[in-house]
Amino acid sequence: MKLLEGITVVDFSQFLSGPSASLRLADFGARVIKIEKTGTGDICRQLYVSEIEVANESTLFHTINRNKESFSANLKDERDKHQVLELIKKADVVMHNFRPGVMDRLGFSYEKVQKLNPEIIYAGISGYGEEGEWKDLPGQDLLLQSLSGLPYLNGESTKLPTPMGISVVDILAGTHLAQGILAALVKRDATGQGSLVQVSMLESALEFQFEVFTTFLNDGEELPERSEKNHAHSYIAAPYGVYETTDGFLALAMGSIPKLAELLSCSPLLKYDNPKNWFKQRDAIKKILADHLKNQKTSYWLNILEPADIWCAKVLNIEELTVEEGYKVLEMEMTVNTSKGQQIKTTRCPVRINGMKLNSERGAPFLGEHNDAIVVEFGLKN
Amino acid sequence: MTKINKNKPLEGILVLEFCQYLSGPSAGLRLADLGARVIKIENPGKGDLCRILPIKDQWVEENTLLFHTINRNKESYTANLKSEGELAEIKKLISKADVMLHNFRPGVMEKLGLDFQQAKMCNSEIIFAEISGYGKEEPWAKKPGQDLLLQAMSGLMYASGDREDAPTPFGLAIGDILCGAQVVQAVLAALVYRKRKNKAVKIEVSLLESLIDFQFEIFTTYFTSGKLPVRSAVNNAHPLLGAPYGIYETHDGHIALAMISLKDLKETLGSTELDEFDQSMVFSKRDKIKSVLVEILKKENSAFWMKKLQANGLWAADLKNWEQLKNSEGYKKLQLEQEIKFSEEKTIKTNRCPIRIDGEVMWGEIPAPNLGEHSKAIKREFELNEELL
Repeated sequence: MKLLEGITVVDFSQFLSGPSASLRLADFGARVIKIEKTGTGDICRQLYVSEIEVANESTLFHTINRNKESFSANLKDERDKHQVLELIKKADVVMHNFRPGVMDRLGFSYEKVQKLNPEIIYAGISGYGEEGEWKDLPGQDLLLQSLSGLPYLNGESTKLPTPMGISVVDILAGTHLAQGILAALVKRDATGQGSLVQVSMLESALEFQFEVFTTFLNDGEELPERSEKNHAHSYIAAPYGVYETTDGFLALAMGSIPKLAELLSCSPLLKYDNPKNWFKQRDAIKKILADHLKNQKTSYWLNILEPADIWCAKVLNIEELTVEEGYKVLEMEMTVNTSKGQQIKTTRCPVRINGMKLNSERGAPFLGEHNDAIVVEFGLKN
Repeated sequence: MTKINKNKPLEGILVLEFCQYLSGPSAGLRLADLGARVIKIENPGKGDLCRILPIKDQWVEENTLLFHTINRNKESYTANLKSEGELAEIKKLISKADVMLHNFRPGVMEKLGLDFQQAKMCNSEIIFAEISGYGKEEPWAKKPGQDLLLQAMSGLMYASGDREDAPTPFGLAIGDILCGAQVVQAVLAALVYRKRKNKAVKIEVSLLESLIDFQFEIFTTYFTSGKLPVRSAVNNAHPLLGAPYGIYETHDGHIALAMISLKDLKETLGSTELDEFDQSMVFSKRDKIKSVLVEILKKENSAFWMKKLQANGLWAADLKNWEQLKNSEGYKKLQLEQEIKFSEEKTIKTNRCPIRIDGEVMWGEIPAPNLGEHSKAIKREFELNEELL
């Protein structure tokens, strides 16, 4: 099921933000051609995480670039540049995540590309927008988290500001770029016009916080305070948090404190009978709960709370998750194959279309793997 | 004055949002900001329960500020979906719509007679998107699809915080937000498809699948190595990354160090304590290296370190809280806020859509609707059953 069959994306982006956007477009059936620097390619190829590699390249690269093609080019060489411009003439989308000004200097400005292909969707991710004091700073995930206030929302108040341990800003900026590109394709279908689509990691990081940031903007700008105990959300009342048991951890979402007191046989909680105080007195309530819940196993509490429709869950790590029946029935795992015969087990696109899972078994391309075929197919001779 | 864009990309697209709380409504909000007309279909009693779910007890007239944040720029139509007559009106509305979104628990829309098969009978080109917590398969299908619980079940709580800390949730509803974002992408791709094939499309996304996809690097690393990635014991910022990646205390604040080579760090910090380590150890000895950095960095102010780090072009940042961010020139330049006006006296400030089209910010400064505010007008416009008015 290929929703985007026939759509060609020429992708200059590297690392994570841009490539995660084009991955989703590829999952939906678009043809994505990575334009990579001759010799080194997408820097992500050499960005090793956890010392795990696939065919002498990083696992991360192979994970987010599956189902794409690679065209290597030296963009400072006139012949190569001409070939890429010829390719763009036949593309629907051009995308990049260079710092502001770099595409212009390379000779691929929006104006120039639009002249060659008036219906083009030209999309870019920057770190901090196209203007202002920060525009030339590196658009790196942890740095954007640090600028946008995110680390002040996680971990307990006695801890250092705690970043989110996944590259959340990269990934959200990628989803926003994909949304902008797809909306622009809808518009092109309706009007015949192309579009310029721009997203920045900073704007994405702020928008991610829209519920709580709006609260801040309208409550006299009080800064968020993390709970001292069992913190899970700076703006949500007790019992919202994660609690230790004798054999693991239990997450408790929103719920009535007196009802919990009764179900858990935890009488010290009974006096907190006014919901209005559950936010103000969250640390005291959470401390009582924490002292109480640590005396039994997680399953003991779940067996009491789940039948009473209290919102709770066992905390799992991914090793524990992946052996659960509820995980297995989702069939989230798939194996991709590179052209050199390596197999890599990874996760699939989370979206199902017409009841079908979108599995794509084609692995990531090796650098320049598709040059010859693309030159012939698109007639890119000098 | 309310800012209005003339030329939004989804002009003319009609979306019916049978959703409450955050996952579905955040998808509806993005579609509205990109120019679609979004009508919330709400229960006539209470409507979207987010209307009465306050954060810090903030309200705008009868609705919470939270509801206004997520539902600006939409319309509200109330219908009792259990009444045959009102259901018939909804079906007529579906026949005119392009997209339907819902985040009811599995089975509810089927019981109401508004599942994909039924919707397709009203409209052979409908894009039908449904959000669930855990997918439709047992044994987890009936569990409540609440964000914190999904964070707990998906393994995500072992990404943040230090190794000895309890599992640490993201302090935002990341599962809801990501799931909503996936829905938007799929709906838009389906609109592109429909234009070419004139066929209806059904989309399903769950919070759990969205959160697993979000952790694809960690899952793939785990599958490849057979070893469970663990959080760094010292100043963890990403389980898969080596030293110095993390946030460090300085004498007067905090700085973040991203990917920086040990050689560059040694030169920049001018310290000999790191001499026993080389680049091959940044993962295997990350806690030792980071412990040394903790001691070095707390001796001087953030500005002292930032000056040295930036002079060498290294990837570092001085932490800002929202107040410091808001007072920066860069923040003002990006026009990150918009103002929603309710009356001469009452306005609120909120975030805006993060996507710019043709250089323009996509504003969405229309207040969220009161419950059923547009029912009458919509009945008239779409010629629904008049006598029920």
